[in-house]
Amino acid sequence: MATKPLSKDPYNIVITGVGGQGNVMASRVLANMLVRSSYYVTIGETFGASQRGGSVMSHIRVSRQSAWSPQIPRGRADIVVSLEPIEAIRVLKSYGNPHVKVLTNTRPIYPVGVIAGELVYPSLEEIKESVNELSLSSWFIDAADEAMKLGNPILGNIIMIGALFGIGELPMGRENFKEVISKSMPEEKLDINLKAFDIGTSMIEQYTR
Amino acid sequence: MSNLTDNREGTQYLLMGNEAIAHGALEAGVNVASGYPGTPSSEIIESLAKVAKERNLYVEWSANEKVALEVAAAASFAKLRSLCAMKQVGVNVASDFLLHLGLSGTRGGMVLVTCDDPGALSSSNEGESRHFARMFEIPLLEPGDFQEAKDMTKWAFELSEELKNVVMVRSVTRVSHASGNVRLGKLPETKSRAKFKYDGSSPDADEGPAESVPVGEKHRLQQEKLKTATKLFEQSPFNTYHGPEKPELLIITASAGNLYTREAISVLEVEDRVGLLKLGTTWPLPPRLLKRYLSTTDKIMFVEEVLPFLEENVKVLAAENAREVGVKTFYGKNEGAIPKTGELNPDIVVSALCKILKIDYLAMDPEYEKKFQMPSSAEIPDRARTFCPGCPHRASFWSIHNALQMDNRKGFVCGDIGCYAMGRFPCGFETTKTLHAMGSGAGLASGFGKLAQFGMDQPVLAVCGDSTFFHAVMPALVNAVHHKSNITLVVLDNSGTAMTGFQPHPGLSVNAMGDEVPEVDISKVCNAIGAKVEIRDPFDLEETQQTLNRLLEDKQGVKVLILQQACALSPEKRHTKQYEMHIDENLCLGEDCGCNRLCTRIFQCPGLVWDNDKKKARIDEALCVGCGACSLICPAGAIKRKEVA
Repeated sequence: MATKPLSKDPYNIVITGVGGQGNVMASRVLANMLVRSSYYVTIGETFGASQRGGSVMSHIRVSRQSAWSPQIPRGRADIVVSLEPIEAIRVLKSYGNPHVKVLTNTRPIYPVGVIAGELVYPSLEEIKESVNELSLSSWFIDAADEAMKLGNPILGNIIMIGALFGIGELPMGRENFKEVISKSMPEEKLDINLKAFDIGTSMIEQYTR
Repeated sequence: MSNLTDNREGTQYLLMGNEAIAHGALEAGVNVASGYPGTPSSEIIESLAKVAKERNLYVEWSANEKVALEVAAAASFAKLRSLCAMKQVGVNVASDFLLHLGLSGTRGGMVLVTCDDPGALSSSNEGESRHFARMFEIPLLEPGDFQEAKDMTKWAFELSEELKNVVMVRSVTRVSHASGNVRLGKLPETKSRAKFKYDGSSPDADEGPAESVPVGEKHRLQQEKLKTATKLFEQSPFNTYHGPEKPELLIITASAGNLYTREAISVLEVEDRVGLLKLGTTWPLPPRLLKRYLSTTDKIMFVEEVLPFLEENVKVLAAENAREVGVKTFYGKNEGAIPKTGELNPDIVVSALCKILKIDYLAMDPEYEKKFQMPSSAEIPDRARTFCPGCPHRASFWSIHNALQMDNRKGFVCGDIGCYAMGRFPCGFETTKTLHAMGSGAGLASGFGKLAQFGMDQPVLAVCGDSTFFHAVMPALVNAVHHKSNITLVVLDNSGTAMTGFQPHPGLSVNAMGDEVPEVDISKVCNAIGAKVEIRDPFDLEETQQTLNRLLEDKQGVKVLILQQACALSPEKRHTKQYEMHIDENLCLGEDCGCNRLCTRIFQCPGLVWDNDKKKARIDEALCVGCGACSLICPAGAIKRKEVA
């Protein structure tokens, strides 16, 4: 697939999820892919104690011209990649707009308040209804389940990156991905990560709403 | 991923602010680096440690920040270049030495990097380290983007050698932990030789003894250095201005404030109305430069985190030069356009600009915002912080909580800094009742433990982690033993500085550079100090609780219980399971059990969830790490564990 130019400058990506899902790694891989294609990329993220079991968000700004603020202004996300379904809604409430696109994994991670029975986790149907209402287009994929079939739930983040490539919004390519992970991962992990990436891409190709 | 030793000059990489700082130090030919881990500063020393062998560096994680600063200063006194990195609270710890270091001056270039955490994203305070630079009369630099984080660090070494004093570089979370494109410079050959010369006469900056005395003379010299810094700062390329010649409003900013302000100006498209003066050299301020820009308009706004540091310093300068620059209206933290606490972001700057420039701007379409009211969007459950699945702290606090309940004398725990600071939340069964600085749990306990004289009969406990033990708990423990304070210190030993990413500490047999080193045994230290020491596995809930109850009964002096179990995320434990877990649905009585869902309502491990359809507990296979602790809490014995072969 040939890479196409940005539809907007800066193009604003939010990758969200729950601490421990590999959110930071996903944002680094994606950002490195874009820097290799000569874009200016700014990532804003937080990690440390504040993320233990909490919501995690990375803001990625992509531009031909310059670095931008590591925090996206309110209402200005262009695409939201959510490793956990309700986190997509949480992000849309701060950064959404009628033109935003949403790619989300469907497997929930229950907040402790839900485990304790004090809070209610919405059904997937309710989540879909809400995300569809708040976005221009949306994709719901079972990335975590596929990752567990590959033997490690953490690969869900790479499946999501593959799916993001499949959506075709960003100037990124498979070769690009391969280059970046071969720089950052031990060799024995490359194959499984490429496989995860391809699974994500094909999940979008076969996607029917 | 060592982009850090790529020697191709001019190549662009995506670097985290902290990596950029580390690269700046490498480009300056740094020889020695030291620090104590703390978010958001840790990756500076980590990055340098990774390339230590390749670049012939000495890098250490010191026992605490004061020692770290002393280690770095020793290198400087021996004519090497050194860097010391810490989070904002570390400067408090190091401050006593820093005051004296400012007086004695330095020799080889020495840079202190401090990373503040506005909004306390990963801290128990919103400390502001810039005031130390003013208070101790040393120069201060603040990078305003990622490229500057590298370039400024490199220049800070040269500046330090020119001034013969330590230079402070102050970063914040959104510079240190954000990433951006950085164009790298060349890495020099480093062939430095260390030699500490001390035979010169006392005030000789290069060859005399390194000392802060005679104070009168040293203090005068120190202030001369600041005057030189002021002159150099007037010409610094790190102070930049963008905007019209006569702006309606001049914004003075530094650090991440620069990125937020640039964004806000772009969002509101007010490039032709607003001037942006970004300062990189923020103490001492360059007065001529400021007078020039203050003269361009009568409205000035300050955008900075955390305290109004620039704001107050510029106001003094404006008052002193009022005749030249005219009377100004100031906006910022004191007047209220910018909030006085918390982290800033572009939206906050947008609001301030809208108010001052009288612009109507809606960040979000009200029609879109209305949709948030639909039930599936409105009621998204909050995600409270909790211990990770399989975290030994959950098990430890479970036992401490139960022991205190059983003891029934309103006993309490003095908390400390680390992941276990969450002992105050439901995930720690709300067990800890004080939380302050590193080591303060043990210090406070030492005090509480002496109040029996005034009728206090509550059992007193303190908790601390293994790294915290070495950092600041040891003096408090000595104090408690010496004064016969009746306390129990529980050391939550999870084999590393877990919260910040498993940096080694003196209790481990490997150092920052991966070399084998002698480990300092916590139990032997406690024994030698004179405390009674016991060691347990926190996953053995019953044994731990019984031990705790016995210690609470013992009213004689200091008891130490070391609970040893590695962090679930530690490299040696990650991706390994001790047990396969499953729920025997025939044994799980669900809501009829009478335990009131002890497993999920109280224990609250993210890996053990409640199946709303079956009304039974369920293991979440994607999250459970197989620690086995939950099998010990189910009264019906329905949570089964099987040792993984």
